[in-house]
Amino acid sequence: MSSARAVFRSVLPFLVGAPILALLQPVMPADYAIILVSVGVNVVLATSLNVVNGFTGQFSLGHAGFMAVGAYTAAKITVGLSGVQLILLPEAVSNQLVFAIALLAAMITAAIAGVLVGMPSLRLRGDYLAIVTLGFGEIIRSVIENMKFLGQATGLSGLPARTNLVWVGMSAIATVVMARRLAVSTQGRALFAIREDEVAAEAMGVDTTGFKVRAFVISAAYAGLAGALISHAILLATPRMFTFIRSIEVVVMVVLGGLGSITGSVISAIVLTISLEALREFQAYRMVVYAALLIALMLLRPQGLFGTRELWDLPLFRRLTRNRLAAAGPAGASPAEVRDDSTGPKGVA
Amino acid sequence: MTEFLQHLVNGLSVGTIYALVALGYTMVYGVLKLINFAHGDVYMVGAFSGYWLAELVGVRSPYGADPPGAGETFIKASLVTLGAMVICGLLGFVIERFAYRPLRQRPRLTSLITAIGVSFLLEYGFQLRPIIRSPIEFPPGPSPRVFPALIAREPLEVLGVSLSNYDIYGFLIAILLMLGLQYIVYRTRFGTAMRAVSFDPQVAGLMGIPVNRIITWTFVLGSALAAAAGIINAVSRPKIEPLFGLISGIKAFVAAVLGGIGSVPGAMVGGIVLGLAEEYVAGYTDSSYRDAIAFTVLILVLLVRPAGIFGRFTVEKV
Repeated sequence: MSSARAVFRSVLPFLVGAPILALLQPVMPADYAIILVSVGVNVVLATSLNVVNGFTGQFSLGHAGFMAVGAYTAAKITVGLSGVQLILLPEAVSNQLVFAIALLAAMITAAIAGVLVGMPSLRLRGDYLAIVTLGFGEIIRSVIENMKFLGQATGLSGLPARTNLVWVGMSAIATVVMARRLAVSTQGRALFAIREDEVAAEAMGVDTTGFKVRAFVISAAYAGLAGALISHAILLATPRMFTFIRSIEVVVMVVLGGLGSITGSVISAIVLTISLEALREFQAYRMVVYAALLIALMLLRPQGLFGTRELWDLPLFRRLTRNRLAAAGPAGASPAEVRDDSTGPKGVA
Repeated sequence: MTEFLQHLVNGLSVGTIYALVALGYTMVYGVLKLINFAHGDVYMVGAFSGYWLAELVGVRSPYGADPPGAGETFIKASLVTLGAMVICGLLGFVIERFAYRPLRQRPRLTSLITAIGVSFLLEYGFQLRPIIRSPIEFPPGPSPRVFPALIAREPLEVLGVSLSNYDIYGFLIAILLMLGLQYIVYRTRFGTAMRAVSFDPQVAGLMGIPVNRIITWTFVLGSALAAAAGIINAVSRPKIEPLFGLISGIKAFVAAVLGGIGSVPGAMVGGIVLGLAEEYVAGYTDSSYRDAIAFTVLILVLLVRPAGIFGRFTVEKV
């Protein structure tokens, strides 16, 4: 695939998506729009978490912490600049530009938080990593709750309503395209190698810690984006929005879809968000359902609905695209199961 | 000095509870190499079982117009504690049998995800509105309950430090339970089998040790200790609600890692060290960061000495 074609194929979803969303935005009733926003945000979250938990085989439970970092960064910028109008630009354009800057800043600060968390913790493996990332997520929240500057436990309110379907849709597309491009790149191969066998990957010269940190940082940046989007949709940023439970929700989406499958993450994010929205009167049962779903899934189909397969691995899609690279894609070639990273005794040691 | 001693007393009181819960984590990790995420919630269920049993046996308030005799109080308090330990032991058995055993041959990540699932099922299941109303309300629902006073509280003052008979009894019971466990693990055939399974489950199986039964009993034992911890804690800090196990559970896990996960004496020392650390840091600095202290300790331990105080370093073989 020539690089011009690759660029075109990456840009195409944006070109198709933007006008459709822009047309949809004014006609969509507000209560449907907010559901679509949370669907989009969850797609961003699940797909980005999949880069760490699925592609790299590390188990992070701290996604909500990075969301919080992004949300607060963006909120500080949009609230701080709410009266400012950029010269020579109409107000609407100026506002959107400020929001774009805020989103970018959210991604950058979340990425920095990702480096700070990832550097020490990614030397650990498996369940230790899970607990440490959980701990970092809670520390981030605890720090926010104690900072006057960030409104402590009450958080920041009165955020301008900037999130719309176009921003959310574009972010979701950007995340999926990023994950897809990553999966077919040499970087992605390194991540899959780490997932399949960390020791072997290291022996083959893969800088395992370096790649893990990179995956973690990418994932954190997109979590920050999601946090910024959701806070500007509900016009609020409080520490309670970003608890450990939020992280678990995203984990459920990724695990349900299949660790390592972008398609799986997207579909399960959409299905879970909409079905839970439809069952709003059973709100109390929401977490019970999540929990039961997790247990049942692990007992009956631990690889998730899609395993590591993708929509574009289906024969129909291969014929449509006639893309050999995709046909031999890394996801198709890897075993459809979660790998064991057990350090326990393995028979003859 | 008085303040220092006061923190010492409070730290020991919290620390022994962490230690009891940490023992469950460490024993299960020892035999299964699994972080039993749901263990903190077993601790919570222990407190609730005590609450229900107290209602069933009719614990009267020891402050009432007609206070019960000392003998009656003692019998009822032990009934409640032992009953809760049995209930949690059963819960541990059920969790192991139906959630973890089917996954034992699968990748460890699968078990970890299941453990998170079990934990959330207990936490949020207990927050549902009551289905059974009598004789006990089950599930208890989200609002906090007040744990009844099993024995009369007698405030004491030693060297200017205020404490109560609860702190003393709690500490003594916890120490007794830990000594009992120490005996079981190091002096009985069951303990020997447990340590063998922890060392290498396959070889232990080949030597004729019933690995499954040992693992089940390990869960039962750990869960019973968690129940005792839940009751000791609920007696001195009587507000109980379905979510309180989550943070305490994670802290106890930190204690287990601090002491060296898989090591029984390590869990005891780790729990007490963590309790003291938390109390002193929160007491002398900003107490609003209390919950972050445990996580900071965890991260420091994992970075500086991942095997913990008592743990042994292992080299990974391929």
